[in-house]
Amino acid sequence: MEQVIDIVLLAFMVVTAIAMIRLRNLFAVVMLSGIFSLLSAAMFVVLDAVDVAFTEAAVGAGISTVLMLSTLALTFREERPATRADWPALLVVTVTGAALIYGTLDMPHFGDPDAPIHQHVAPRYIVDSPHEVGPPNMVTSVLASYRGYDTLGETTVIFTAGIGVMVLLAGVNRRRRADRERGNRP
Amino acid sequence: MRQHSVLRTMTKLLMPPIMLFALYVQFHGDYGPGGGFQAGVIFAVAFILFTLIFGPTRARQVAPACVTTPLTAVGVLLYAGVGVVSLLLGGEYLDYNVLAHDPHHGQHLGILLVELGVGITVWAVMVSIFLAFVGRGAEDDPNADETVDEPEDGHA
Repeated sequence: MEQVIDIVLLAFMVVTAIAMIRLRNLFAVVMLSGIFSLLSAAMFVVLDAVDVAFTEAAVGAGISTVLMLSTLALTFREERPATRADWPALLVVTVTGAALIYGTLDMPHFGDPDAPIHQHVAPRYIVDSPHEVGPPNMVTSVLASYRGYDTLGETTVIFTAGIGVMVLLAGVNRRRRADRERGNRP
Repeated sequence: MRQHSVLRTMTKLLMPPIMLFALYVQFHGDYGPGGGFQAGVIFAVAFILFTLIFGPTRARQVAPACVTTPLTAVGVLLYAGVGVVSLLLGGEYLDYNVLAHDPHHGQHLGILLVELGVGITVWAVMVSIFLAFVGRGAEDDPNADETVDEPEDGHA
């Protein structure tokens, strides 16, 4: 049963991705990217990664879509048609994709208990986190306590990104206002 | 969107449950899925909904820049501050065991504060970015005060 759900979800994701490439209307593309995020959130639920699914649904399907829409409101709704076929770009993409697929051949099978990732620190988290850290949700123990440094780094990244966007947009606004005062030129 | 009374009423109805749910996700992260990241985003969604319906001018009255901009840093400082406090109490950086007499209570307190820091930063950054985008569009268009994002016809 789970395999059927997997196949249906992945098929929908492929269809959405192809539609996003083919469409020229950017409004539709943004909506489809929200749907893609929602599908991958469903995929994470099937994989029992509810915390990740939650984040994907809230950030990917929610906030990103809204931010893309507000960007569209400032720019254009239609993608300009490609003037010519770019063969070197196609070559680079094909070679990179083939290399990545070749790389996955060496990876352990999905859900393999002997995979290195299940042999390293994961057993300690599963066995010891209830009495070492406490929270019943092991993901919280790992994120906030065992991997506290990483989460601090992630928070700093979000802070930096926010400051960057604010500085960029504030700079543009100020320049535009100065232009307007100087001679009413856009 | 001033004339859409259904949208306005529904927004007013939906905002408190959204914010309450965000707080639930924030403080229930120890027991179920969720945590600071998700809670911050959901809390920001309430403000984004408000902005979409009531316009950026009124949204800036609710969440003025003098509140959102400093709060982006406050969250990170709270997180890093927990680490500094644990250093001062004789532990390692971000070692929550020393925060209380019982290591379990210390861990609980540490995780709570750290997740709160994440939530504050994520909320403030999301609201700031969105209002920066929307405010830029509003400045171009003198009567963009009430329409914000998507006009009714919805397509190009």
